[in-house]
Amino acid sequence: MKKILSIGLAILLLFTVVVGCSTSTKTSNGGKKKVALVFKNTGNPYGEKMMEGFQKAVEEAGGEAIFKAPDQPTAEAQIQIIEELIAQRVDAIAVTANDFDALQPSLKKAMQRGIKVFSVDSAVNPKSRITHVNQADPERVGRVQIQAVSQMIGGKGEIAILSATSQASNQNLWIEWMKKELQDPKYKDIKLVKVAYGDDLRDKSVAETEALLKTYPNLKAIIAPTTVGIAAASKVISDKGLKGKVIVTGLGLPSEMAEYIKNGVCPWMYLWNPIDVGYLAGHVAIALAEEKITGKVGEKLKAGRLGEKEVVKDGEGTQIMLGDPFKFDQNNIDEWKDVY
Amino acid sequence: MQRVILDKKDFRLKEHVMQWEYMLVLIFFIINIINANLSPYYLDPLNLRDASMTFLDKAFIVLPMVFVMIMADIDISVASIVALSSVVMADLYTKGLPMEIAIVVCLLVGTLCGLINGLLIVKFKELSAVIVTLITMILYRGIAYMILEDQSAGNFPEWFDYLGWGYVGEIPFIFLVFIIFAVIFGLLLHRTNFGKKVYAIGTNPTASRFSGIEVDRIKLIVFILTGLMSAVTALFLTSKMGSTRPNIATMYELEVIAMVALGGVSTAGGKGRMIGAVLAVFIIGFLRYGLGLINVPSQTQLIIVGLLLIVSVMIPNLNVKKAFSRK
Repeated sequence: MKKILSIGLAILLLFTVVVGCSTSTKTSNGGKKKVALVFKNTGNPYGEKMMEGFQKAVEEAGGEAIFKAPDQPTAEAQIQIIEELIAQRVDAIAVTANDFDALQPSLKKAMQRGIKVFSVDSAVNPKSRITHVNQADPERVGRVQIQAVSQMIGGKGEIAILSATSQASNQNLWIEWMKKELQDPKYKDIKLVKVAYGDDLRDKSVAETEALLKTYPNLKAIIAPTTVGIAAASKVISDKGLKGKVIVTGLGLPSEMAEYIKNGVCPWMYLWNPIDVGYLAGHVAIALAEEKITGKVGEKLKAGRLGEKEVVKDGEGTQIMLGDPFKFDQNNIDEWKDVY
Repeated sequence: MQRVILDKKDFRLKEHVMQWEYMLVLIFFIINIINANLSPYYLDPLNLRDASMTFLDKAFIVLPMVFVMIMADIDISVASIVALSSVVMADLYTKGLPMEIAIVVCLLVGTLCGLINGLLIVKFKELSAVIVTLITMILYRGIAYMILEDQSAGNFPEWFDYLGWGYVGEIPFIFLVFIIFAVIFGLLLHRTNFGKKVYAIGTNPTASRFSGIEVDRIKLIVFILTGLMSAVTALFLTSKMGSTRPNIATMYELEVIAMVALGGVSTAGGKGRMIGAVLAVFIIGFLRYGLGLINVPSQTQLIIVGLLLIVSVMIPNLNVKKAFSRK
């Protein structure tokens, strides 16, 4: 009986806390908009750069920025973070999604509570967002990497892709476009042997690269359309002394890749400026929070130093695009490696 | 001849007040008071109501894990069982099976996994539960990867969302279900012969065997229950996510074991109570929720939760050992 009593008591206590404290004061911060950026996981330099830009844009527009990321790159961890942001009654949430669909219930709940939700960099499905901030046209990002790799290996040989997680929506879209570009007859001698997933974790990316090298001894090139993957792959190739035998390219951060671009493991690679992606997202967040835009096609917003940006169609939803991917090679890497 | 195991001592006020569970209630209140002072949003009734929805999914495994750990065993395959049963359910549903049947299959898969764990542990006595469940942890997760191959599956019917997101009146559905299960498991542990035997096995398995307790049968049942409750977690977690993949619920086994340990269940077996583990679920849950509300980075959160665990596991073993005795 004592135990049942104590169980009952504990539940009672819980509800006392819930009910007894319902007279909480609601703080207002004088109309200052509070906007949050949810990134994939912590310890990712790309995300830190994005936050830098996000913060700058939000401050320019007179708002308050929050940056949150889970310790594991999973959707369930992001759901918990979104719940916490709903509880804080932020005005807008920008999310770099770990899963295209899994965040839908939580993001819908946020929108029902009047929070403006949009995805940035890695998209969520159109039903769970108002709009999407895209770093570059996915078609161009995908095709340009195949064109580059073809040039590097002389249009002949086996290639592999080292991606982020298998659910990373932007990587999957780029890989789709890579496969479409590969269908062109001029690439008939190039064979894509495997798409491996390094989950944007350094140790797993290294292990996956080593597995690729073992399984496919004739491998000519690895395309890593993710900053963690390309750095890990370059390090493995460099350490194993396979420079020139296996070429690495893809999307990488100049600061992390300068060493490998200079030593020739990676002749050149692409990226946009993650600071700019965050900066644009910051301005979009404030514009949505202040209801200057509603995410409809044709609307325009002023994005600080980036000038005017337009909302365009993206499948069933809408998106705002930053620009073209930028090429980094031995000639320009030095001036960029200190920037980001 | 049946041996009588003493589970009640004479009533002494000091011992009664200084029980570990009261300590947990105290920690629970301290955490709530700190949280409430740090974030103006914490004491919002709407938020507190929804907070429980963010962490209760894994709490279903805590309940049978209390039994497992009281028997001085451990089951580290639970997260893999969650993944496997969830993936099988999603796979069958996308192949055209009605959702209702897929849910039943999910529960069956969990039960089967638990049965395999139990059989291996009972039949191969030279293998400890850690080794057996370590093997099945890898095995079950591997099968999940074989089925979905690094992809995700989902698009469940609308009504399935209710499990993870629904309310009964004003109370989250998941909270209600958890409390019901907690009471059932609490009664099973403290009010039945079955529960008494579990304590006996944890205190001294050999003596229990000689006293005529069906040690193997009880172990088997406990591991089956663990598998079943892992499948229940799979249902709630999958509903919450709206889709599933083979790598869901990573590290859940550690979080669950941490909750049980904080709840005062000794890994040496024979000690601990259900109410303590249930309180520990809410302590860790609300602590993490509160830290999230003031936007503490997630690595720092891990450190804080880790410190709480160390301190709370240490206290009863320091020189105040007598003061905070665990029953």
